[in-house]
Amino acid sequence: MKAKNLARNIVIYALLLTAAVIFLAPIAIILINSVKGNFYISDAPFSLPDKDTFVGIQNFIKGFTQSDFMKSFATSAFITTASVLGIVIMTSMTAWYIVRVKNRFTKVLYYLFVFSMIVPFQMVMYTMTYYAFELHLNNPVGIIFIYLGFGSGLSVFMFTGFIKSIPAEIEEAAVIDGCSPIKTFFLVIFPILKPTAITVAILNAMWIWNDYLLPYLVLGSGENKTLPVAVQMALTGGYGNKDMGALMAMLVLTILPIIIFYLFCQKYIIKGVVAGAVKG
Amino acid sequence: MQKALKKFFPVFILPTLAAFLISFVIPFITGVYLSFTEFKVVNDSKWVGIDNYIKIFTTDKTFLDSLWLTVKFTVVSVITINVIAFFLALLLTKGLKATNIFRTVFFMPNLIGGIVLGHIWSLIINGILGFFGVDITYNPDYGFWGLVILMNWQLIGYMMIIYIAGIQNIPEYLGEAAAIDGASPLQTLLHVTIPMVMPSVTICAFLTLTNSFKLFDQNLALNGKAPETSLLALDIFKTFYDHTGLKLAQWHGMGQAKAVIFFLIVALIAFIQLRATRQREVEH
Repeated sequence: MKAKNLARNIVIYALLLTAAVIFLAPIAIILINSVKGNFYISDAPFSLPDKDTFVGIQNFIKGFTQSDFMKSFATSAFITTASVLGIVIMTSMTAWYIVRVKNRFTKVLYYLFVFSMIVPFQMVMYTMTYYAFELHLNNPVGIIFIYLGFGSGLSVFMFTGFIKSIPAEIEEAAVIDGCSPIKTFFLVIFPILKPTAITVAILNAMWIWNDYLLPYLVLGSGENKTLPVAVQMALTGGYGNKDMGALMAMLVLTILPIIIFYLFCQKYIIKGVVAGAVKG
Repeated sequence: MQKALKKFFPVFILPTLAAFLISFVIPFITGVYLSFTEFKVVNDSKWVGIDNYIKIFTTDKTFLDSLWLTVKFTVVSVITINVIAFFLALLLTKGLKATNIFRTVFFMPNLIGGIVLGHIWSLIINGILGFFGVDITYNPDYGFWGLVILMNWQLIGYMMIIYIAGIQNIPEYLGEAAAIDGASPLQTLLHVTIPMVMPSVTICAFLTLTNSFKLFDQNLALNGKAPETSLLALDIFKTFYDHTGLKLAQWHGMGQAKAVIFFLIVALIAFIQLRATRQREVEH
């Protein structure tokens, strides 16, 4: 029995290791190519760097200085942080109001939010871009407002699901003590919402950080471009003579922060993504 | 509470509502209306009835092609992703050590954005095809299978996590009882494990289904240069922003009509999903 188990375990580990190698290979290939010279990337993407092709961190220096990588990185970081903060605070407040004030208006509003979750972006892509330009929201600050609108569906849905399970007595005690609704919300309700708030924050952060089409249409590919737009422009734009080395370095620099973030907050990210999947 | 809270409508509801109206509700309603018009810009449209809907099925050949391609891609992706993800989940729930490291590795691609994913795989696939002196635009099949591989790489780990949770929820005595009754491991898998994880199968099937059906970023980055491998979302985008031949207003009207059809299909999938989940809840 024991020998049989050992054989079984060896087979399982062998299978898992093979799968792990396949899963890591694409990232490894990008890493390897990011330290190779320009001409050896497209021509021989799978060969390891040797003394002729190894260029050290030269690609990374070019990636940082030539393209406006740093600027796009900062733009993306600003938009993501501000939008996630805005979404978490505003939609949790909205969700609380929808649950506690029961009338026809809040009911319709709730169903509209749920409805918006199933509408694909292409449906509103053209018209939304038009209104964004008309209302001068086509800048890194204005786009935060648009993300609040697009993120509100899932976020309100997730917050209302949780708030329904909070007994109203808790809040009533606070009101009797003379707290205003705003104070009650931030001192009593919001702390209880923390687990859901983390989930909502992670889901929205992953979406906004990686989002391409919305910022491409609203902010364009000029000075306000976000990181995914910058990557797409750098890798497809222009004719010939692409600096492949710098582009590989750019890909590495784009992935690296996500992977580091993931390794540190893995527990929350996996939990959040699964919760979002099961509810959405 | 309700009375006091109502006075604070402008604080609690108004910002979210305004953003929601401007970025979703109004564009959605205008979008539906504009699908029955020819328009250069949103506020300059001419009513044409259902002309656009007729044209996207007759004049413009790309729509049906990309719809068919999307259906094929979705079916292949849903099957491959779920089979492999379920298999990995089974391997990771055998009580072995160090399985957490594998979970971490398998889930990681899910966090990388579609554009970056597309370019990573573009380098790899073109690198491999380079040995044969061609690239991904050479044959539409290359683009199709490239996209399937990319989608598998991205979503297997995500689905695997959901399957692991489903398998771990199965009460242990069920497997033990089956073993006592003399069931082989394969019988236990078919008659105990799989029926018990059916709720996870429903979730994963629909998640992969909608994700594959709505795919855009990966498609643009990997197959942007090969028009015959445009899925629906990319075809709609190209109808709006990247076209030749007809007048601008006609393209916009057709693009919007395509978007409405696209929305109706996605809504239908969501509706079926809702019913499937509800039914299951009644059964248990």
